[in-house]
Amino acid sequence: MPKGTVVFDAERCKGCGLCIEACPKKVLAFSGQLNKSGYDVAHMAHPDACIGCAFCAMTCPDIVIEVYRESTS
Amino acid sequence: MSAKLENMVKVFERPQSLTNAKSTYCPGCHHGILTRIIGDVMDELDIADRVVGIAPVGCSVFAYLWYKADSQQVPHGRACAVATGIKRARPELIVFSYQGDGDFASIGTAESIHAANRGENITVIFVNNQIYGMTGGEMAPTTLVDQKTTTSPEGRDPSVAGYPIRFSEMIATLDAPVYVTRQALFDTKHIMETKKAIKKAFQNQVDGKGYSLVEVLSTCPTNWRMSPVKSNKHVAETVTKVFPLGDLVDRG
Amino acid sequence: MGERLLLRGNEVIAEAAIRAGCQCYFAYPITPQAELLEHMAVNMPRLGRTFIQAESEIAAVSMVYGAAGAGVRTMTSSSSPGISLKQEGISYLAGANLPCVIVNVVRGGPGLGNIAPSQCDYFQATKGGGHGDYHLIVLGPSTVPEAGELTMLAFELADKYRIPVMILADGLLGQMMEPVELPDPVDPASLQPKEWATTGAKDRAPNIILSFEMDPEGLRQINDDLQDKYRTITEHEIRYEETETGDADIVIAAYGTIGRICKSVVRMARAEGIKVGLFRPITLWPFPYEPLKTLSKRVDTILSVEMSTGQMWEDVRLAVAERAKTPFFGETGGIVPTPRSILNEVKKHVR
Repeated sequence: MPKGTVVFDAERCKGCGLCIEACPKKVLAFSGQLNKSGYDVAHMAHPDACIGCAFCAMTCPDIVIEVYRESTS
Repeated sequence: MSAKLENMVKVFERPQSLTNAKSTYCPGCHHGILTRIIGDVMDELDIADRVVGIAPVGCSVFAYLWYKADSQQVPHGRACAVATGIKRARPELIVFSYQGDGDFASIGTAESIHAANRGENITVIFVNNQIYGMTGGEMAPTTLVDQKTTTSPEGRDPSVAGYPIRFSEMIATLDAPVYVTRQALFDTKHIMETKKAIKKAFQNQVDGKGYSLVEVLSTCPTNWRMSPVKSNKHVAETVTKVFPLGDLVDRG
Repeated sequence: MGERLLLRGNEVIAEAAIRAGCQCYFAYPITPQAELLEHMAVNMPRLGRTFIQAESEIAAVSMVYGAAGAGVRTMTSSSSPGISLKQEGISYLAGANLPCVIVNVVRGGPGLGNIAPSQCDYFQATKGGGHGDYHLIVLGPSTVPEAGELTMLAFELADKYRIPVMILADGLLGQMMEPVELPDPVDPASLQPKEWATTGAKDRAPNIILSFEMDPEGLRQINDDLQDKYRTITEHEIRYEETETGDADIVIAAYGTIGRICKSVVRMARAEGIKVGLFRPITLWPFPYEPLKTLSKRVDTILSVEMSTGQMWEDVRLAVAERAKTPFFGETGGIVPTPRSILNEVKKHVR
């Protein structure tokens, strides 16, 4: 059970790759799917490794990513 | 996506103080990160309903589209003088200017220096990406020696064009400013530190302490002709050697 | 009514601005309007209002932009070269529909020129000066008391139409002293709030002060709206004064200080049996084309007199066309023509 997960607003993604670089767990990759603007959208290639640290979301210039994490209670 | 969202809480989303407008910035441009940080700070300090943002001329000319706050779009270089006018007219407002290299450090040199020297109780954010983005990649006062731009096609030659200007250091020599710092956004650690700096710069204004300047080393992947990831590396390894990071003044 | 004071033109403009409720004043020193700054430097802080000596005329007009956008009454003043510096800011103010007052105490030009009086900035004030299709309301006072009245009017018109208003004075008017009775002050707090201003977006949608529209159709609409506004102002706000034009054979067209001097010329001419009248525009924009056109149908000659090489003269010719003769008499260099020299010129055109 991964500790976290992320949701992409694909139409806002510009395929810049900063999230992929920022992820400490190598969860993300380009999906090969182009959005309406023609960008190769990032996605979770290894969802089980996600720890919900939000490093990807913090570096995303387009606020594409929402991050969820296991509640500790 | 296989995780069960029911067991999870949302820990990161779009700041409330930002609109839903789709960003006009290039892929990987740091303007977007900085805009989100400012929105976050507005949320945390709960100030959006008394903020007036100033949109300069440059890539961030559309800055008035991003914030759920009043804005003024102003002539090139004059943001610090306009900020002065707004703040003196209505001191209860939280006024911030947001400017690039040309706006703040070239055409706006006099206004940038004198607002700082008067100690205007404003927050100034200076986005330094060593190039002029919107107009297609010309040399900026902050362009590095030997850096190729459309108006220094053979690389910046100091004998013709001088050296990159360290504006924050100049502002730091003045008596009035209470906070002058240089930050960057090339990795998560620095993004977090930039947010701390921006929050301090706004808090200083809320507390009536005086003038704060946050210079943020940023990228321009399009005009640097580098990928966003390579651009971040360029800032980390090269740009920070010319523009050192850290606090130059902190009288708060 | 207020007390009777003996004031310099520059001082009366400053005092009138204060009484009109000017909340923020920003300016850079330049001769011949230093006394305006000095009066503001002493009195604005006393009233808890803002006085800033800005780092340049450009910074000053930018501060005006900010304060105007934030919804307060605000003013800057300068003289010719300084007004040249402000032109980009003025275009932005006009394009963003911001109310403010800009005072030009005109001096000899072009370039550094000199510090003596002149009327060589008429084109700059009324035909643009800054870029784009815009206008300012331009008011030309001819006496020190009128300078006070028109300054107070300027703030009213600026707010009424959301437009920058220029007071086009000159170095002679700025320096001379006359007794003046100024009205009671307006309390800035009593002025009607501006719903469009950047006062903080509490419980409302954000207000954005802007003169920028990338979509050509959008910018065309903005320009159409500005032109509608200018048509309304032209319909309702033209001001001029006619002196003894009823039976005149020859009429002098003059404004400002020269307009005042020509009242003496009319008196002197009439004493010699010459039927001379004076047509004195007070709003230089909107220019009183129609009244002047009407006048030109029944007089022989309309002589334009200015301290310039003939700037308002062009608007006079536009109004008059071929209906009457339109000679010109001017002085440059800061030379102020005497009533006698103007009268001699008048006589050249009298049959």
